[in-house]
Amino acid sequence: MPWDRNQMAARAADELEDGMYVNLGIGIPTLVANYVGDKDITLQSENGMLGMGPFPLEGDEDPDLINAGKQTITELARTSYFDSAQSFGMIRGGKIAAAILGAMEVAENGDLANWMIPGKLVKGMGGAMDLVAGVGRVVVVMDHTNKHGDSKVLKACTLPLTGAGVVDRIITNLGVLDVVEGGLKIVELAEGVSEDEMRAATEATLV
Amino acid sequence: MKKVYGSAAEALDGVTQDGMLIAAGGFGLCGIPELLIDALVASGVKDLTVASNNAGVDGFGLGKLLETKQIKKMMSSYVGENAEFMRQYLSGELELEFNPQGTLAERMRAGGCGIPGFYTKTGVGTVIAEGKEHKEFGGETYILEEGIFADLSIVKAWKADDTGNLVFRKTARNFNPPAAMCGRICIAEVEEIVPRGALDPDKIHLPGIYVHRIVQGDHEKRIEQRTVRKREDA
Repeated sequence: MPWDRNQMAARAADELEDGMYVNLGIGIPTLVANYVGDKDITLQSENGMLGMGPFPLEGDEDPDLINAGKQTITELARTSYFDSAQSFGMIRGGKIAAAILGAMEVAENGDLANWMIPGKLVKGMGGAMDLVAGVGRVVVVMDHTNKHGDSKVLKACTLPLTGAGVVDRIITNLGVLDVVEGGLKIVELAEGVSEDEMRAATEATLV
Repeated sequence: MKKVYGSAAEALDGVTQDGMLIAAGGFGLCGIPELLIDALVASGVKDLTVASNNAGVDGFGLGKLLETKQIKKMMSSYVGENAEFMRQYLSGELELEFNPQGTLAERMRAGGCGIPGFYTKTGVGTVIAEGKEHKEFGGETYILEEGIFADLSIVKAWKADDTGNLVFRKTARNFNPPAAMCGRICIAEVEEIVPRGALDPDKIHLPGIYVHRIVQGDHEKRIEQRTVRKREDA
């Protein structure tokens, strides 16, 4: 059985180490926060906050307190606030240990596409280009194939890039792949997924 | 030195002109200068270029200035959630310059610090890098991005004193300080103007040197995505 969304998020949480400052993207990456357990992880929200807390209780919403997805959130005892220039200063400056992000396509050379489909409505890259260029480690969490069954793990991205050669590790419903010299290396298979199934669903070179 | 004005319209008097570049603070609908945007709509100033991370929503924030077609060009990182924006953009009525969010913030900060350009890794190898100078430092490739020098900055803060020292609240700070810094004239709208000395000098987020005009008013502070936990689950 391939992993479901929550199992992918739980596996992604294994990437995080005690003491890390981390930025989580929208979608499955957001769920990673539910699986950090006892690890001391500080979440960054790039609109200007370190130490992001959970959603507020009903009635406690504060319009001045949102995350980068514009959702109402809460602060923690450790929280600090800062402006957008400083926020991206810490991202660009390599102070954020890791970003866990979704993707439309990833290529075997670490190229990432997750912001634009030509001919479709373009909303913008937001902070994704800054994050993938700046943080210590980029982990992509996504389904291995699209809804037509085509591989999203490619020899080369077909969509406009968010970053070139930026991805370190890919976690999909089928398992875990690392970007290495010459292609991708299978690190782990989801329970019940065979290497043949992984290879069949992967267009990229597996080394 | 009189910085306090009676209304957003009065604060804008004499500092607007068609075709000007405005830097606006805010992230989504959080910490946006809603009173000054309304006053810009009423002023009728047009052909504006607006540097702002987002473009508001239909009927609120910068969405209002889009509806009246006073904006010629937006410099933004993310413009979803706005149908009128998309209509004008797809029909060619509105120009759009996408900037990565951190690049946009740093372009404002740099402009405010007298820095006309800086090199960044952000966007190398993407469409953002096309036509920009590339340069290697320590074996890594960077692209040149230019500082933004705005004609006018419009920002929202929580509190000000009459000298323009500003304090922001929580994540409503966002783009407001860098946007404020990069303008030749900066107008700040605040929820409360407090007496001189009431703000702790060690807790000023933006010194009044950057702020030329201040106006106090009531803010709607609309929430874009209301996400909550149920009390019985807590």
